[in-house]
Amino acid sequence: MQKLPMKMKSKTENNRRKFILRMARGAGITALGGFIWSAYVDEVTASQLILRPPGAIMEDDFLRTCIKCGLCVEACPYDTLLLAKPGDNKPLGTPYFIPRDIPCYMCPDIPCVPICPSGALDEPSVTTDGKLDINIAEMGLAVIDRETCIAFWGIQCDACYRACPIMGKAITVEYSKNERTGKHAYLTPLVHADACTGCGLCEKACVTEKASIFVLPKEVAMGKAGSYYIKGWDKDDEKRLEDASSIKSTTEISKEKAIDSLNSDMEDLY
Amino acid sequence: MKTLWNKYRYLMFRRTTQIGLLFLYFGANAWGWEILMGNLSSSLLFGTIPLSDPYAALQMLAAGAILATDIIVGALIITVFYMIIGGRAFCSWVCPVNIVTDAAALLRRKIRVDEFAKRQPASRNMRYWVLGLSLIISFLMGIAAFEFISPISVLHRGIIFGFGFGWAAVLIVFLFDLLVLKNGWCGHICPLGGFYSLVGKFSLIRVKHTQENCTECMKCKVVCPEGQVLYMIGKESIPVLSGECTNCARCIEVCDDNALGFSIRELVKNKKVGD
Repeated sequence: MQKLPMKMKSKTENNRRKFILRMARGAGITALGGFIWSAYVDEVTASQLILRPPGAIMEDDFLRTCIKCGLCVEACPYDTLLLAKPGDNKPLGTPYFIPRDIPCYMCPDIPCVPICPSGALDEPSVTTDGKLDINIAEMGLAVIDRETCIAFWGIQCDACYRACPIMGKAITVEYSKNERTGKHAYLTPLVHADACTGCGLCEKACVTEKASIFVLPKEVAMGKAGSYYIKGWDKDDEKRLEDASSIKSTTEISKEKAIDSLNSDMEDLY
Repeated sequence: MKTLWNKYRYLMFRRTTQIGLLFLYFGANAWGWEILMGNLSSSLLFGTIPLSDPYAALQMLAAGAILATDIIVGALIITVFYMIIGGRAFCSWVCPVNIVTDAAALLRRKIRVDEFAKRQPASRNMRYWVLGLSLIISFLMGIAAFEFISPISVLHRGIIFGFGFGWAAVLIVFLFDLLVLKNGWCGHICPLGGFYSLVGKFSLIRVKHTQENCTECMKCKVVCPEGQVLYMIGKESIPVLSGECTNCARCIEVCDDNALGFSIRELVKNKKVGD
């Protein structure tokens, strides 16, 4: 009779051990799976060089808001938009386009935007005075490689300028003297970031083997001056000074006067 | 011919629904049909009614996205729909992966994989862990985590918009189900299935077992992709109440003894009280 409780006790202990082991195993597998999963998601969403449809919100927000339904892709009459599929090395299922293949033809009614159910393509961002306005879209920015663009060699080519739907505003042609020949002019394209929508018609039209004008996402193509530079000649910009505050930083060389520091062997500058 | 119909009528209905829906989606992209546009993540029915995957919406919410009205309305419509007709009816009547995993299960039975792989080393509760994990990762990474790896989306989008390497993901699911784990993907891992199991917990349409008719041939348990829900076979006359039942109705049609059939939950309850 005394043996029975002992046996029962060891049985419950065994069960408890089994339970704890099973939980630990579950937690371990979950942690491992979660780690691989997060790493994968982090990797596939890291792609910066992707051009989104017009009206797309900032990339980080876009990735969490887009539900990957493909309605924009279906709405596009030119088959410009693609849904990223495995092997494209783009965030899976999200819409993008490759201008050299098919650029965005900038439909005035922008069919891809109003159909978006999730707000990843934001209608107000492509609306002026209550009307859809594709000219204010910011899909990207055209960038010119002056080394390979034949206009910079002195050969006359204005293919991109002619192809641009906002001709004369987004791309202008600049004249300069060709010193090499002494009697010819360079007619070179210049992109204006405030007008360029990143539609990619220029990239599509470019005559060089690999396009010498190409669209990059605006965040990739553009630098940033930072708030501490002010255009003194621009009244609006100078207004920023009014509520500016200064930060005084102290470093090793600020112990001496500036002029002394400059007259020393400059060693401490490096 | 008649027996063929009797044995496979629901299966034929299901395949018709699954392939028909795929065809409508495909037509929307290929030929501009406006009946059912988009894909299973979010669609537009007749060009006006929004439909959205509530699980995707939940992940987006966890990721910190602001849900648009269309997504909320669409997700609600789908949720209410499956709350009524049975949560996992999505799995067996709509989801294209079901065709793949059913094929794997059939082949698995035909080549008798189970005879040398008797042990099922994984728990079917894994899907709820994956479901929870997907929401945690969505929250931490600020992105709808499952939507980026889902073989359901890969297959469905692949059929409508082009596959890329997507076929590899589908092949892996097939081989996994065939050789590694019986009903592995749909019955163990898929968090969408887990999600719909929870949604359909209280759904109205249920399979009901009539024990008096049962001869305990166990054909139903052989075909059932979620065998555990049929625990009452030959024991009790009760409806299948587990949300994990996919309402695929294979058990109903393989039953030679009229011991299984569809019923409506509330009516079943009342009858029992009446008895």
